[in-house]
Amino acid sequence: MLLAFLLIVALAAVVQRNLLAVVLLFAVYSLLSAALFTSLKAVDVAMTEAAVGVGVSTVLMLATLSLTTHRANRLPRRSVLPLIVVLATGAALVYGTLDMPAFGDPGAPIHGHVAGDYLRRSIAETGIPNVVTSVLASYRGFDTLGETCVVFTAGLGVLLLLGTRRGSRGEATQP
Amino acid sequence: MTDHVVLRVIGKLLIPFILAYGLYVQAHGDFGPGGGFQAGVIVAAGLILYGLIHGVAATQRVVPPRLVEALAAVGVLIYAGVGVVTLVLGGNFLGYGALDHSPSHGQHTGVFLVELGVGVAVASVMLAIFYAFASRKPIASGGGRR
Repeated sequence: MLLAFLLIVALAAVVQRNLLAVVLLFAVYSLLSAALFTSLKAVDVAMTEAAVGVGVSTVLMLATLSLTTHRANRLPRRSVLPLIVVLATGAALVYGTLDMPAFGDPGAPIHGHVAGDYLRRSIAETGIPNVVTSVLASYRGFDTLGETCVVFTAGLGVLLLLGTRRGSRGEATQP
Repeated sequence: MTDHVVLRVIGKLLIPFILAYGLYVQAHGDFGPGGGFQAGVIVAAGLILYGLIHGVAATQRVVPPRLVEALAAVGVLIYAGVGVVTLVLGGNFLGYGALDHSPSHGQHTGVFLVELGVGVAVASVMLAIFYAFASRKPIASGGGRR
């Protein structure tokens, strides 16, 4: 049901020419994804998706639209080659999923590696009931440090590109 | 947008709860869903909502851009600093067991501090990006309009 809604919203976003509507459709898409993640019991991801996908990124997209324009340019012509490439890639990806283990299969390779170890040892070793947190912050602390650095670098990059400097309160210096 | 009474009143009602929820998610990440990243984006979303209703200038009076830029670096430094502290205390880098008398308590302290660093960094980076976008003048080209 949620997947059907996702498909409808995605198709509507592709067809729609008004960029304002497209941004709002993407917000709806993110909200539906968050609901999907919740139904898959991935609440941490759902919270991130709801806050970032629906909230922050929508606001940033709207800010971009208010700086540029609401209308998409008409495509000069429709060619068949991109469609063929997309369809072939999609078919290859679907073909790849045929060999994947069934959803929730306990014998899947991803459950046989370290996941079971983390689940068994987390409470005894860290005393943290939420295994997601103990894996992210403790077992995989280096990775999360790297992610935090990535977030910081991304923010730094945006600040450098857009060239906002303080001093001119609320007004950017034109590059 | 400051003349929209409904938006201002609803915003006033919602924003304190959004910020408090962000703090809850930050502090409660050990036991429930959430953690530093989620808390950071929730706090940032609350402040961005304030910015949408009252304008960017008002938000920048509450949280100055200079502070935001500094806090983004402070967040990363908190995280890496925990690693350095555990090194100095005789453990491995980010081996939280060295932080306290028992490894389990050390894990709690370490995870809390690390998540705090992530939350501070994420919230300030989101806010910095919002400031960077929102305080630009339109550069419309090709017949665009505001």
